[in-house]
Amino acid sequence: MSRAELSAGDVQLDPVDARLIDRLHDNFPLTERPFADVGRELGLDEETVLERLRTLLSQGTLTRFGPMFQIERAGGEFVLAALEVPEADFARVAQIVNEMPEVAHNYRRAHRMNMWFVVAASSSEEVQAALRAIGERTGLQVHAFPKEREYFVGLRLRAGSEDTGHGTR
Amino acid sequence: MALDEFDRRLIAATQSGLPLVARPYEAVGAMLGVSGQIVRERLAQMLEQGLIRRIGAVPNHYRLGYVANGMTVWDVEDSQVDALGDQVGALPGVSHCYRRPRRLPHWPYNLFAMVHGRERCEVERQAQAIRQMLGDACRASDILYSTAILKKTGLRLKEF
Repeated sequence: MSRAELSAGDVQLDPVDARLIDRLHDNFPLTERPFADVGRELGLDEETVLERLRTLLSQGTLTRFGPMFQIERAGGEFVLAALEVPEADFARVAQIVNEMPEVAHNYRRAHRMNMWFVVAASSSEEVQAALRAIGERTGLQVHAFPKEREYFVGLRLRAGSEDTGHGTR
Repeated sequence: MALDEFDRRLIAATQSGLPLVARPYEAVGAMLGVSGQIVRERLAQMLEQGLIRRIGAVPNHYRLGYVANGMTVWDVEDSQVDALGDQVGALPGVSHCYRRPRRLPHWPYNLFAMVHGRERCEVERQAQAIRQMLGDACRASDILYSTAILKKTGLRLKEF
């Protein structure tokens, strides 16, 4: 998979954590002791890798660690959708949307359509049902933007400051 | 490709993350009643087939200093959008690039490109590069900055 790379030079992140995050972007080993193998590459022992990873996840610096499934390959669907939420009602609507297990992520955006989220499920029917449920529970019109074509997916935001192949794709 | 029962259970067991233990694949195997070796082999096949994009970490962009995240949207001439979409997607700094349906009259945009920066001016510079690339094929555009992450759990398939 190709990807873009950006560097973030002024980030206040522990340099060891930054190297670990950059290493863990992709290609996590499918070996018996993968954390030990990653540690060996970085000059860290297995327990240190695990401990730092636990901390990064519990602090929210990392939101997830594991396989990223592209469920479309197995009949599933991801659909971007948006709501125009009255400001006074924003917290209530955010709670309703976030509670749905089918909602993979949800962002507030500065626009009249101010809530943008992605619904993911293992079939198109489930996605449609979730979108309908959101419309019913919030009382708002759900604007769905299913992807018609994917041109590119895959950004690597660098945590470390060292430049290793800027923009390699 | 169709998922079999084991695949579904494997996805359900790992979609929220790998166990943070020395032998994570063994741990997943123990949940599913198979060896770690079987888990590793199937994950390797899923990577090969594209059912898994990658195995790794998802950072919170904000925590890495990328606080300016702009969804740039463009109304691009239908006959040119696919050729131009490929070019826009190839720009460094564009993380996702898709064609999506317009929702007229309020939403004339059919090309979406996510752009990230440490400051909004970086996002605007990248949007300017996209604008130049689109040229006369582009009739209107906007940038929707994210102002809060409300949820970011990733895929969570319900019990199969």
